[in-house]
Amino acid sequence: METERKFKKDMEDITDMQNELQMSFDAISENEAFARLAVAAFVMPLDPTMEEISDIKTAVSEAVTNAVIHGYDEEYMQERDRQGCSGEKREKVHMYCRIEGDMLYIEIRDMGKGIEDIPKAMEPLYTTKPELERSGMGFAFMEAFMDHLEVISEPGCGTVVRMEKRLQAAEEENDL
Amino acid sequence: MEENFKVIDNYLMVRMPEEVDHHKSGFISKTADDYIMKDGVGNVVFDFEDTRFMDSSGIGIIIGRYKKISYFGGKVFAINADTRIKRTLMICGLHKVIEIME
Repeated sequence: METERKFKKDMEDITDMQNELQMSFDAISENEAFARLAVAAFVMPLDPTMEEISDIKTAVSEAVTNAVIHGYDEEYMQERDRQGCSGEKREKVHMYCRIEGDMLYIEIRDMGKGIEDIPKAMEPLYTTKPELERSGMGFAFMEAFMDHLEVISEPGCGTVVRMEKRLQAAEEENDL
Repeated sequence: MEENFKVIDNYLMVRMPEEVDHHKSGFISKTADDYIMKDGVGNVVFDFEDTRFMDSSGIGIIIGRYKKISYFGGKVFAINADTRIKRTLMICGLHKVIEIME
């Protein structure tokens, strides 16, 4: 009885959780693994299923890869340097995550090239870099693996990707 | 990493790493292509036994190799993929062009 009450109490504490994670890292491919591992660790208190962890890691990996390859596109950065208007010395990707109850919010932001035609960029199989063997499935994966996806971008102003996912495991525990 | 590539008869066996992402994909594609060119292998087998994570970069590796060898009638196989890797392959419809085997 006592342990049951304590268990319920613990669960209430967890579902009240409003943890936040904010990190900025260099826009290099090594950090794709770092970003998705950080998010995986961040959601652990919600006791997600293996599948949910895998979905979240994939979506984060896609968004960060987009920032590294497309946001800070090499040609664009060289052009920007030539014009002498580079703001940050090193290109950074900013990630912000928040847990609210059983909801996970993720925002991934770069200050790079931006997207001219967002609906086109989000089409499955569409890629501006076929020579790099990009499959054009990045946004499609984010959409498939998360509950909600929003892309805000303007050429020259960078890109913000917002994603949401409700974690079933946390939901089930609420029913206890 | 090189030991993860092996040629057996007319097949190039590629043992995929634990995590397949953009950071790893360039090396895998390039090395696989070197073997395809040098040894003239007709088919490619991707072994996912060690793989616990794959994003769309892995799809790019597979489609890229498929385009190269299917032109000469070669086939691409995926073996030992767990349910999550299989799901990723299926979402892209890759099961229609490559063979996913147990």
